[in-house]
Amino acid sequence: MALLEIRGLCKSFAHVVANADVYLDVEAGTTHAILGENGAGKSTLIKMISGLYRPDSGEIALDGAVQHFASPRDAILAGIGVVHQHFMLIPAMTVAENIVLGTERQGDAATLRQSRLLFNRKRAAASVQELSESLGLPIDPWAKVETLSVGMQQRVEIVKALYRRARVLILDEPTAVLTPQETEELFAVIRKLNQDGIPVIFISHKLDEVRAVASTVTVMRAGKTVRTAPVADATAAQLANWMVGRDVILQSRKEEVAVGDSVLEVKNLRASDDRKTEKVRGVSFSVRRGEIFGVAGIDGNGQTELVEAIVGLRKVNGGSVHLLDRDIGHMSVGERIARGIAYVPQDRQQDGLILSFSIAENLQLREVSKAPFSRRGWLTRAAARKRAQQLVEEFDVRPPVIDASAGSLSGGNQQKVILAREMSRNPELLVAVQPTRGLDVGAIEGIHRYLLQLRAEGRAILLVSLELDEILSLADRIGVMHAGEMAAVMDNQNVTRESLGLAMTGKWSEKEAIS
Amino acid sequence: MNFWVQIFANPELYAATLAMATPIALAAVGGTFSERTGVVNIAMEGIMLVGAFFGVMVAAATHSAWLGMFGGVIAGGLMALALAWPAIRLQSDQVIVGMALNVFAGGLTAFLLNTVYGYNGTPTSTPSLPIVTLPWISHIPFIGQVIGQHDVVVYLMFLFVILAHFTLFHTNLGLRMRAVGEHPEAAETVGISVVKIRYLGVTIGGMLSGLAGVYLSLGMLSSFEVNMTNGRGFIALAAMIFGKWTPFGAFGAALLFGFATALSIALQGSGVSANLVGILPYALTIIALTGLIGRSRPPAADGLPYVATK
Amino acid sequence: MPLYAVLTGLILGGVIMAIAKYNPFAAYAALFSGAFGSPTAIGNTLAGAVPLILAGLGIAVAFRTGLFNIGAEGQYWVGAMAAVWVGYHFPTMPWIVHVPLALGAAMLAGGIWGGVIPGLAKAFVGAHEVITTMMMSYIAILIAHFMVENGPMMAPGYVPQSPTVAASATLPPILPTVFLNSNLSDAFFIAVAAIVVVHIVLFHTTLGYKLRAVGFNARAARYAGMNVPLYTVLALGVSGVLAGLAGGVQLLGVDFQLTDTFQSGYGYTAIVVALLARNNPIGIFFASVFFAALSAGSQIMQINAGVSANMTDVITGIIIFFVATDRLYGYWSQKMRPHRPSSTAAIISGKGESPQ
Repeated sequence: MALLEIRGLCKSFAHVVANADVYLDVEAGTTHAILGENGAGKSTLIKMISGLYRPDSGEIALDGAVQHFASPRDAILAGIGVVHQHFMLIPAMTVAENIVLGTERQGDAATLRQSRLLFNRKRAAASVQELSESLGLPIDPWAKVETLSVGMQQRVEIVKALYRRARVLILDEPTAVLTPQETEELFAVIRKLNQDGIPVIFISHKLDEVRAVASTVTVMRAGKTVRTAPVADATAAQLANWMVGRDVILQSRKEEVAVGDSVLEVKNLRASDDRKTEKVRGVSFSVRRGEIFGVAGIDGNGQTELVEAIVGLRKVNGGSVHLLDRDIGHMSVGERIARGIAYVPQDRQQDGLILSFSIAENLQLREVSKAPFSRRGWLTRAAARKRAQQLVEEFDVRPPVIDASAGSLSGGNQQKVILAREMSRNPELLVAVQPTRGLDVGAIEGIHRYLLQLRAEGRAILLVSLELDEILSLADRIGVMHAGEMAAVMDNQNVTRESLGLAMTGKWSEKEAIS
Repeated sequence: MNFWVQIFANPELYAATLAMATPIALAAVGGTFSERTGVVNIAMEGIMLVGAFFGVMVAAATHSAWLGMFGGVIAGGLMALALAWPAIRLQSDQVIVGMALNVFAGGLTAFLLNTVYGYNGTPTSTPSLPIVTLPWISHIPFIGQVIGQHDVVVYLMFLFVILAHFTLFHTNLGLRMRAVGEHPEAAETVGISVVKIRYLGVTIGGMLSGLAGVYLSLGMLSSFEVNMTNGRGFIALAAMIFGKWTPFGAFGAALLFGFATALSIALQGSGVSANLVGILPYALTIIALTGLIGRSRPPAADGLPYVATK
Repeated sequence: MPLYAVLTGLILGGVIMAIAKYNPFAAYAALFSGAFGSPTAIGNTLAGAVPLILAGLGIAVAFRTGLFNIGAEGQYWVGAMAAVWVGYHFPTMPWIVHVPLALGAAMLAGGIWGGVIPGLAKAFVGAHEVITTMMMSYIAILIAHFMVENGPMMAPGYVPQSPTVAASATLPPILPTVFLNSNLSDAFFIAVAAIVVVHIVLFHTTLGYKLRAVGFNARAARYAGMNVPLYTVLALGVSGVLAGLAGGVQLLGVDFQLTDTFQSGYGYTAIVVALLARNNPIGIFFASVFFAALSAGSQIMQINAGVSANMTDVITGIIIFFVATDRLYGYWSQKMRPHRPSSTAAIISGKGESPQ
């Protein structure tokens, strides 16, 4: 009998089925990988196992006993340990404080050598040190978490879970933030835990890592577990296939468009994220007139930083960004707007719109200081409204009421407002990030048609998306980001899902592409 | 020169410092509890007033200063709940609620003073809290004059400062409180109830501020006067920040601010402006916040509403 | 919603009065007649509204930009000091120069007090403006006391007060034959003009548009290429300018000299005014008149109905409380509902957005 059994778990949110009929058997002492694209339902599954979501139906059983987790606490007490992708550590506290936090009332305080009332830092540190050393995971219990590297923080999370007597350890995308060396160390830790009899559920989308560390792999797609197999029996190509599916790509009918001069030239671009980790590591590509250049990749491989460096929201650490032969790499956002960059950000509501402003006001957000929106610092309301009315009709925003607040619109219509604002300026380049995220099918189609229309007009479009289908149906050329590098640039004519899947997971090489 | 020596060599100055620091320290430590769990508390001023008033009211009615103290502390705790509930359950703006409580408390205590006791103020028969003389210590020259004889609340203040430090940094409850104020999501994932901890922190804070008020009305005097806190709640806020959200820090800051007050009293009639000396607490707080002398950093989740699971 | 808070405040205030064995109707009637019962009362109520309007506008501008200027009281005092200083220092200046100069000094002082120190601290080191403006406020009050208590602005003699401003620096009363002996001065026109100006700047200029954009969504504003720190400093500065002006007109129109008993509280009430008016300039006029009426009528309430004038503070406190807890209604209706949607998504994702 498997240590952890998942039988037919289902979970839906308002309109989305996140998990449908998920099955999983995790044997003691093994590493079981769950492989799947973004949005395949992995996170929902983890949240159900760790007591954060309650399943709509189905069962979770540990050691044969069915569990009903009402809270994370229940799951912890039952022996579920989770290392979340975004660490749940308190930066201002020490390692020992983070690890013992909340354990004094969780069953075996005595065996943890914790007084129920008093917090004895020395004793806490000693017990953390002892455990970490016995696990072969040495950490300094006195160090403040904020001073630790990401790899060390992850180690703290693992020790934290085991300190709570975890019988199953779930690692959610554990390598996403690690360097290759740290990844190797993590794998050694996982093997050691397996030897001690603790099974590890390893959530990932990286094929080579799954092959390196897991014995069994379950592939998830569209909320379902589609296949479980011993890793040894599955080739990388097979796994990639299962992961992305074999659905026929709905190829939009694309007109033949003559590709013109290059509009955007990115050369050896380097940029870091907010934590100063380099996330874009020397990326080069170009976008030409009459072309959609698609950037594919798993979330977190540097796409966000790449885009922000291009539009001016992030400092360029190295390399260059040219727009029409002009170096714009060190210009402010405003200057780049003036030079002809239009930008549809990933988060419509947070970054693209001011929800409490009216549609008309949102339409002037980027160019309020210019005609027809204002003259010499005075808002020219009548002209701006006329322009807004025009745009609302042209872009078919519904309801076409320019005084309605942007927050009252549906997602698709919000996106139309952003597109109307951005495109009405007749820009040289459109940078669109996840333009159809969260939209319904009809709205998606509308946005897609519009992007193709822009392409037909001979504009240059940089499309960043996590949806492979979107990239495949729209892009002329596809650049795949992996670990901050442009792992491959392919022509959409002769690309396959397999090769894309391999490139996204870092398993692609030029040789394979040629053959 | 001789003049300054006279001022600074006088143990009275330091005894007065301690007396002046006591209400500030109590309220500042109370605020520390509240903010350490993540609820911004600018209502110390109002809570102190309520504590001061109900302290006198209960003391006058029962003829027991001790029961009065108890009543004032409970009133402070209840007043704090009026901050805790909207802050925790309704995700209200904590600063605005705090302001509301300050205005409300100022009005209510003045209204009640007038309504219950009329124009003559609180009864002259109201007992006050006892003054304690420490054996042995009070006989030590100088030191004895500084710390040997004070109102009982002054010594309680010492006790509570130490107890607060111990609770926050040497008990599991304190660890939980600090965790909730820093990163409520992380606390929730290890099974800690953010809601309960925040209620507790704000209520303890209110009780300590209530005690600070009781000290003003039943310790320094034995009566209540309109707006008798006179901004001490805001100085306590400054002390909490200047003390970097730690009990000992708050105590140290309160001593410094109390010293400023005591000095300005000692300098009365000497030509040095008490007002200028009084600027010290506020100026130091701004300097502390802007990081010119070791940046004062609030708990990471301080003031941020948290949507709880249950 | 604000109206509902006002009603709740008045009703609960009435309940408290009833518990204390007063007749709330008589009390409110006395309050009303004290505020509006005679031309003089009306004049005084409108005069009381003037500093509230100006300081309230200042606070609203900051709120509109997402900033909480809690220190309008101190900005009011520095404005008052500056206006008085200019007011008594140049006794021979013509009116047309003197008054603008004095008010300009008040605005400048308030702007520096509110904008430069808290604004820069917020924009560049992230020091929270609630604390910095509050601390600056106390500093201003202490400096004002220092000035008149044996300080450089003390008038000759032993009374702690400043010299009186020159006649050429005073704001003349409005229709003194109608609003007999009231405090209503030309300051009222300045306040009304300020409402118009702030309304125009906020809603008819690109500057106002940008201030509002930064206030509602600083991220979107940054994405659209706006200089967020600049507008932060600007908003707090303008806020201080208006609060300083409030102090200025009060001194040139009503008080004419600084005294050490001079306690205003306008800066705090102005916060309530801005909250209640939802930062709408025109709403600020009515909210200011409302609170000025509460304050002006409270004395008559005390005399005629025997209810302590402090009752109005109780009511004000309740009103602010209910403005801040406007989610109360949603909370109760949510409690009634049998099945609440799980909000646990918020825990891990931090946002509680769509599930993955």
